[in-house]
Amino acid sequence: MTVSTHAVPLSPPLRRSVLRLIGWGIVLGALAASWKGADMRPWALFQDAGNMAVFAADFFPPDFTEWRYYLGELLVTLQIAAWGTALAIVGAIPFGLLSAENIAPVWVRQPVRRLMDAFRAINEMVFAMLFVVAVGLGPFAGVLALFLHTTGILAKLFSEAVEAIDPRPVEGIRATGAGPLEEIVYGVIPQVLPLWISYSLYRFESNVRSATVVGMVGAGGIGVVLWEIIRGFYFAQTSAVMIMIIVTVTVIDLVSARLRRLFI
Amino acid sequence: MADRTNEAAIRVMRLDKTFGDRKALDQVSIEVRPGEMVALIGASGSGKSTLLRHVAGLTRGDRGQGRVEVLGVCVQAEGRIAADIRRIRPQIGFVFQQFNLVGRLPVITNVLTGALGRMPAWRSLAGRFTLEERRAAVDALSRVGIAETAWQRASTLSGGQQQRAAIARTLVQGAGIILADEPIASLDPESSRRVMEILAAANAEDGTTVLVSLHQVDYAVRYCPRTVALRQGRVVYDGPSAALTPRFLRELYGAEASALIDGAAPRQAPVKPQMPLGPDRAAAVA
Repeated sequence: MTVSTHAVPLSPPLRRSVLRLIGWGIVLGALAASWKGADMRPWALFQDAGNMAVFAADFFPPDFTEWRYYLGELLVTLQIAAWGTALAIVGAIPFGLLSAENIAPVWVRQPVRRLMDAFRAINEMVFAMLFVVAVGLGPFAGVLALFLHTTGILAKLFSEAVEAIDPRPVEGIRATGAGPLEEIVYGVIPQVLPLWISYSLYRFESNVRSATVVGMVGAGGIGVVLWEIIRGFYFAQTSAVMIMIIVTVTVIDLVSARLRRLFI
Repeated sequence: MADRTNEAAIRVMRLDKTFGDRKALDQVSIEVRPGEMVALIGASGSGKSTLLRHVAGLTRGDRGQGRVEVLGVCVQAEGRIAADIRRIRPQIGFVFQQFNLVGRLPVITNVLTGALGRMPAWRSLAGRFTLEERRAAVDALSRVGIAETAWQRASTLSGGQQQRAAIARTLVQGAGIILADEPIASLDPESSRRVMEILAAANAEDGTTVLVSLHQVDYAVRYCPRTVALRQGRVVYDGPSAALTPRFLRELYGAEASALIDGAAPRQAPVKPQMPLGPDRAAAVA
């Protein structure tokens, strides 16, 4: 007994500490290599500290005189997020099921997954710029941009939930003579529904944030306002709008987090 | 039924199944007549579950001459599941060891899924069950004695209640044949007894053919007139359950026999085979 206890080394094996050192070396090396490319000039913050202070002072006090207008546009932003998310959920249900390993055969699954990868890879800003060209300036371009990007994200999350289900209830349904679609409706969906709802709410939160940004390329909502006043150097108004966005996003996050807890 | 007396309810012919390099089923042939209640016994890994899953067409046999027929309809042949398997499946009720209910759905919806095979797709996908279907589900639940749980989530039921709900599902299915795969292996003795009596009642009252795999011989002897014994994928005995004395079991299974004999089953001394339950007993169950 005593022999075996003493045989346990008190420090981790050499190999592990060497590997850890190498790992840190790679991370720090990559950061150092990126220094020039990222144009890192931290001293600029101090050199131009005077300018920064003047610039920051311009933001105060916030100018809320046009708050009714901002509130209206903020509401449009929420509406863009709501429709973008709703359409994405509708799209992500079939695509999510079709990219799940335990539902779709490989020749369906792989193409669908790649398509969803593409939807995710393109940022909603880029989609928004394209849709502004296609359907014109305004909120609808924003809705379409959020719709495509979010479909890609939700389809992946939905399919992961489907892949984690218990196969036995599904087999129980199959054994009654039910068809494949009925197996999904009665065996799969009830198992994944809480997760799907939670993911969808989470994406709605994120889309409220994204919707403020897609507006900046002309896709409607508060983003357009923000873009206009920043370009016009109306910083007191900019700070008012930013405060309103922060409050809205915080409220939505809190409410949605509450709701999500209900479903899990 | 009269003109179908020659028709086997279940016919398995020279079925082989190999998992990797292990033979799970080795030239298995059995025949079950309509209205029989037959036990399938054997130690774990002897091929009981595998055989039942093949009869239901949930698993494919090896290529070869293996063939499974249910009520004269081909379920699978030569390692291929029949293309029209869904036509025969409503006739086959399957009861699983782990119940295989959808935990988040209410008990009654789980039971109603038994009707899916007969419903037009538009109605089943929309979840529109007719009043008769609902009534049949509640009737089935009362028969197994858990009608009061109808609107509870299935996951809130005890193991024994879940298994009874699973049997109610096969009742709504109107299955002429019930395949029960170790239905009592995860249950306590009291629940086990109830589940077995419900199966016996379905057999006695509705003439449902029952093929039930069991871990313990006591239950086979008590509820099933006939037993098929498997060992390492081969049928080693097929005959009256009464003949399965401990001594004979040791002859069949050697050292493995003890697992089959020393079960948790309430032993009734002396164990006697019981022919299909008398109406008084069956009524008490229903």
